[in-house]
Amino acid sequence: MSQNPLVRLLRFLFFAVIVRAVILVALGLTVRHRERLPKDGPAVLAGNHNSNLDALAIMALMPPRLLPKLRPVAAMDYFLTGGFRSWFATNIIGIIPVKRGSGKEGGNPLQLAEEALDRGEILVIFPEGTRGEPETLQEFKKGIGHLAHARPNVPVVPVFMHGLGKTLPRGSLLLVPFNVIVSVGAPLYGTSSYSEFVSKLQRAIADLAAQEKLPVWE
Amino acid sequence: MTGPLGLPANVVYATAGIYALLVLATLIVLVLRWRNPGVRYQELADRTDSWWWMIGAFTLAVLLNQTVAVVFLAFISYLALKEYLSLIPTRRIDRGVLLFAYLAIPIQFYWAAIDWYGMFIVFVPVWMFLFFPAFMALRGETQGFLRAVGTLSWGLMMTVFTLSHMAWLLVSGDKVNPIAGGVGLLLFLVVLTQFNDVAQYIWGKLLGRHKVTPTVSPKKTWEGLIGGVATTIAVAALIGPYLTPMDWLWSALAGTVLGIAGFLGDITLSAVKRDLGVKDTGGLIPGHGGILDRVDSLTYAAPAFVHFIRYFFYP
Repeated sequence: MSQNPLVRLLRFLFFAVIVRAVILVALGLTVRHRERLPKDGPAVLAGNHNSNLDALAIMALMPPRLLPKLRPVAAMDYFLTGGFRSWFATNIIGIIPVKRGSGKEGGNPLQLAEEALDRGEILVIFPEGTRGEPETLQEFKKGIGHLAHARPNVPVVPVFMHGLGKTLPRGSLLLVPFNVIVSVGAPLYGTSSYSEFVSKLQRAIADLAAQEKLPVWE
Repeated sequence: MTGPLGLPANVVYATAGIYALLVLATLIVLVLRWRNPGVRYQELADRTDSWWWMIGAFTLAVLLNQTVAVVFLAFISYLALKEYLSLIPTRRIDRGVLLFAYLAIPIQFYWAAIDWYGMFIVFVPVWMFLFFPAFMALRGETQGFLRAVGTLSWGLMMTVFTLSHMAWLLVSGDKVNPIAGGVGLLLFLVVLTQFNDVAQYIWGKLLGRHKVTPTVSPKKTWEGLIGGVATTIAVAALIGPYLTPMDWLWSALAGTVLGIAGFLGDITLSAVKRDLGVKDTGGLIPGHGGILDRVDSLTYAAPAFVHFIRYFFYP
């Protein structure tokens, strides 16, 4: 993320004006258990993934004073394709890039994320790894388990979201407004068993989803 | 007889009256909390806070100028349609169609703003009613077609057509209401409808015994309904002669129309919520629920009052 004060101001204006106007006014969030959101970093917000708006919605939910600390973890191959897209993702959205699949090559794909937590930042992460079919929960990837284990004192807050997959699903450029439900779960902490943590987190988000009465969308 | 901001003096007095009621309600909540320190009265306090916001936004928009008022009312319509479309089952194929449904809002409120009654009254029930099913048919998906057409048509009528009557009343009212203008008529409609909701609630809490609609809205009682409507009639007869072209007797009749229509709008939306299995239509307004929970009575009261007064008092 750029240290240039002008770019930082642009980032603040982008979120304070455009993102808030779109997410909070044009769409509208119904937030359940807002009090469970972290008051400060380091923390991880782990949500289900349906739409490119997901990260923006979670970021709009947090108070503006925490904006400099908010960093969505995002796939390098999707966002860092060069040119304006890379600049925007890095400096305005402030993503932390992850090289998908690089764990299998022996590297630590989450090293930048761990460093961000050490700086007291708040990560926004989507353990499904991809948006996939809108409004359906997919199997979580294991990376979040490794991250939580590497930083066992950092709270991982489960966040269930519904509505953005209808508003702007994968493959569509048409934004059709729907109300968005955001339900925040109680924080979880990393354990030595990665897969156990991951399934616990997945269950927590599925439980939040089960408490909502959601309309059919087919 | 104009007061500050070029507003009719009676409108200024009426607004002052609304704020006096609001201050009174706030004081009552404070006294309740002070006398029963153990009880939190969270919902009551949330509701009163939300009333401050809603009345603040409404009076500011409506009293500022007519364009701001129409845009404000169109925005309420947008929130209501969005909430409705988010609650009901929809089809993925219809995403584009639904975007057009949103576009119907500025167009409908534009007809109201230019006081083109003929177009205003047919745009949704004729043109949109014909357009959307054909649009959906052209998209080619027949599975769930009838349900999609039915829910969208009804939703547009409830959230766009009915609520846009408030905008048309505001714009067209000036020429029939020299003492308080369109603003006076709109205040009479909205304030009495909301007041009627509260009055029915309070009478129901005090005396409620016999349920009116046990399967739809079990909290509604005959005592609440009759007490509420009677209170609304009394207040209408008192304020009508100052805000509308009606004398006290006509005002009382208008109060009856508002009270009963408001009740019908309320239970109609309750039936929808029951069908969908939700308690509130949304979480926009703390203590009240969603926007539809707040404007449900207006969906019936607005067209009922507008066509009542148009029939008897418009040239």
